[in-house]
Amino acid sequence: MTEGWLALIQQAFGLLFSLDPDVWSIISVSFSVSFAALLITLLPSLIIGFILAFSHFRGHWIAINLVQTLQSVPTVVIGLLVYLLLTRNGAFGNLHWLFTQKGMIVGQMMICAPVLVAMSHAAFTSVDKRAWETCRTLGASWLGAVWVICRELRVPLLMAIIAAFSRIVTEVGCSMMVGGNIAEVTRNIPTAIALETSKGDFAQAIALGLVLLILSLILNFLLGALRGAAQPRSH
Amino acid sequence: MLKMKQLLGFVVAAGMLFNISAYAQDAKVIKLATTTSTENSGLLGYLLPKFEADTGYQVQVIATGTGKALKLGSQGDVDLVMTHAPNAEAKFVNDGFGVEPRGIMENDFVVLGPKNDPAKIRDSKSAEEAFTKIAKSGVAFISRGDDSGTNKKELLIWKAADVKPDFAGYKAVGQGMGKTLLMANEMQGYTLSDRGTYIAYKGKLDMQIDFDGGKTLANPYQVILINSAKYPDLNHKGARAFSDWLISDKGQQLINDFKVQGQQLFKATYHK
Repeated sequence: MTEGWLALIQQAFGLLFSLDPDVWSIISVSFSVSFAALLITLLPSLIIGFILAFSHFRGHWIAINLVQTLQSVPTVVIGLLVYLLLTRNGAFGNLHWLFTQKGMIVGQMMICAPVLVAMSHAAFTSVDKRAWETCRTLGASWLGAVWVICRELRVPLLMAIIAAFSRIVTEVGCSMMVGGNIAEVTRNIPTAIALETSKGDFAQAIALGLVLLILSLILNFLLGALRGAAQPRSH
Repeated sequence: MLKMKQLLGFVVAAGMLFNISAYAQDAKVIKLATTTSTENSGLLGYLLPKFEADTGYQVQVIATGTGKALKLGSQGDVDLVMTHAPNAEAKFVNDGFGVEPRGIMENDFVVLGPKNDPAKIRDSKSAEEAFTKIAKSGVAFISRGDDSGTNKKELLIWKAADVKPDFAGYKAVGQGMGKTLLMANEMQGYTLSDRGTYIAYKGKLDMQIDFDGGKTLANPYQVILINSAKYPDLNHKGARAFSDWLISDKGQQLINDFKVQGQQLFKATYHK
């Protein structure tokens, strides 16, 4: 069996380094879908996080707890919700987005938005309220003041972005249900691993698993480096 | 000292007894690798209790695609296989893994499509002609793409029709039959399905059979034993008993009697 394992690992590396078109199409689907979902969600989520941190309105406490809870909703449940919305007889059936990349992006946006909102809210609450007033009295516009604060908080905000991205690039439930695992269209790394394993073809599954492992290693190192760079602020 | 020896003797005897009973247990279990179609249609759920009552064996089913079922057989992970892909099965036997293949039954494949048949395949003369029309029409064709018996059959038809399955509407989804039917229904495209799963899912689908019949769409099932020279320690006795039972008059009759929603799904085909 050890020989079999070695042969499999060799095959897996062969697939990666020979730039096997199937493997790279899968990797590119994964990244393009997840980047798109992250980019579309980023600004609105930051704004909501900012508002939650700097304003008080009725139901403020409920909103914050709701966002915290949404972070831990299983991805298959979000997948089910998006599926029901996009299915032929669903509310948005006429868009024909089910089993397309657009549908996958919608699902991943719903998965990463709560993470971004909760983590950016946590970052913004760590800012001294006086920073905001100081900026405003020094004549900065509303947006300018937000910009200054975001620059101040670039490390925790970047950490929020990395956490959100790693959550959507590795999730399998929602992508499988909404994307449907169509070759070269909606087949991303996690759904391809599930398929190849069910077929009993482990080489490609291992190759893709290695890509995910390396990716999460890089992201985790980045996070660690950022945490190290985050200077404790004196008040 | 004597006590020690007695104790040791007792332990050894108990161990042997336990081994024998464990072995007897093992000899009663048959591991069968088969396709999702025999499992999903309910055929095995109907046949196995009767076989078990007749013989005292217990059958453990691993339901997967034909490709993986044969792989499990060639790795010696199961005692016998029941699959439906004649070419792959012939290779499995020629490579020395499988022995004594027996054709036990068949059902057929159907070409499903939207109710308005946008590619106009209904009056085709053959499955190949129907497939060619679908490829030309620009309507979606949803393929299992999972190396199952149905997937292998579909690829053979494309080959016979001399069409490369890479046209714009071709979507390989890598899912089981049921999920593929639901996806084809959502996208209102065509797909190839075994009749059994289609009947089981009929109520959920807004589709119909646009083409069926003909020699190409026949779907024969074989049961194949594993070569005892390669894997001596499998349950060959139990595997043979199951294979013999399937081709017995009683087994063949039961296969014919099995119905889903009033329709016979499999036709027993063993010729002595």
